[in-house]
Amino acid sequence: MPADACRADCVLEARRVSKYFGDFAALKEVSLRAGPGEAILVYGPNGAGKTTLLRIMAGLSRPSRGEVLFSGKSILRESGQAKSAIGFVSHATFLYSGLTARENLHLAGKLFDVRNLEPRIETMLEMFSLQDHSRKPVRALSRGLQQRVTLARAFLHQPRWLILDEPFTGLDAAASSHLESLLRNLRREGKGLIFSTHQFSQGSSIALRLVALERGRVRYDGPPEKTPSGEAAAMV
Amino acid sequence: MRSLSLIGTLLAKDIRIEWRQRETVASVCVFGLLVVLIFDFGFRPAGEESLRLLPGLLWIAFAFSGILSFNRSFEAERENACLEGLYLAPVDPGLIYLAKLLANLLFLGIAESVIVLATAVWYNFSFLPSFKWFVLIVFLGTFGYAAVGATFAAVSANTRMREVMLPVLQFPVVFPLFVASVEATSRALRGDYSPEMLGWIKLLAGFAVIFTVVSYLLFEYVMGE
Repeated sequence: MPADACRADCVLEARRVSKYFGDFAALKEVSLRAGPGEAILVYGPNGAGKTTLLRIMAGLSRPSRGEVLFSGKSILRESGQAKSAIGFVSHATFLYSGLTARENLHLAGKLFDVRNLEPRIETMLEMFSLQDHSRKPVRALSRGLQQRVTLARAFLHQPRWLILDEPFTGLDAAASSHLESLLRNLRREGKGLIFSTHQFSQGSSIALRLVALERGRVRYDGPPEKTPSGEAAAMV
Repeated sequence: MRSLSLIGTLLAKDIRIEWRQRETVASVCVFGLLVVLIFDFGFRPAGEESLRLLPGLLWIAFAFSGILSFNRSFEAERENACLEGLYLAPVDPGLIYLAKLLANLLFLGIAESVIVLATAVWYNFSFLPSFKWFVLIVFLGTFGYAAVGATFAAVSANTRMREVMLPVLQFPVVFPLFVASVEATSRALRGDYSPEMLGWIKLLAGFAVIFTVVSYLLFEYVMGE
């Protein structure tokens, strides 16, 4: 199912999700319901479970208990529709270092069945200021440029949901500011955003909703401006 | 049609990466040639003895070269978690497996051609009288081996001791394949095109089909967490 077919019912929901690595509980009974147009900042200290939650929401990791639903269907059982509708940025870049930035985007475009792929790749290269670096192998690019290619890869198939784990990593000030404005625009386009960052002020300027995690549990879920005084700072 | 196009895209990706780096085929060829060379110095086979030892020698070289090839072929997928990147795409994981199988078949096939050529020259042995049968047996044996190898290489790709893990996981499964391959090759090189040889060839074909189908169906679970 193409991403465009996903409209108002495009709800992403984690229901009482727990994740165990051996005896260690990375997530404990976390529930999170997110609708189109929402921008959610997942915030918390190292080891709080942010990455685990985002990977589970993206369908990349299987919860030990609970389930993730996309449009009311299990993201694991009905994965095709969800995968088309989600763009994910992880700590890893998902880029083949032996291919150029353009070739990586071309490969991703084919896998996601992007129509008018070549013009779309040009748009992405322009959007992330990668035109001058598009024919270089990824291994020759700096970490910041690789992150831009990773973001371009996630935006390429025009997903209805973007799940971004530390998307500002490695970006310079200009690229970081550009990404901020791109993420704010998503809301106007009716797209959903769930992201994590350690820069609270930057994250809360984009997000309408803050989900604060601590030791695998949700400690706060609400507007960022209503966060209890000093709470956010205390968490990092 | 989209499935074929996706397999082609993924195969082209593997070939492009290999063409630029030339790591897998080169190292596999060198390794295979080394086995052939050491064997010659160790046993000095001649005449009838060559005929008796060659099938085993060839399949030892193919087996060890295969391990190297399968490990190398998932190196690019492991780096930057590219296998996870593929898993995120709305693509049947079975197609990713088939593309990987074909890539391994191609790379291993090139290495095997070099090994066979070197063996023919080194041991002054002509494969021509039974060439058609020999090619069929090597193709089926390699196909079955790559069918298992691509799956287990994906399983071991994210383990810490993957170079050790792959042969440990794989060899018990492919042991019958190697028995059938050596038996069939031995008979073909002797010109013994008997029903027993056809029986071994049928076993190779069955093994290749069964493991390709099973791996195709299970690859989703291999790729997933």
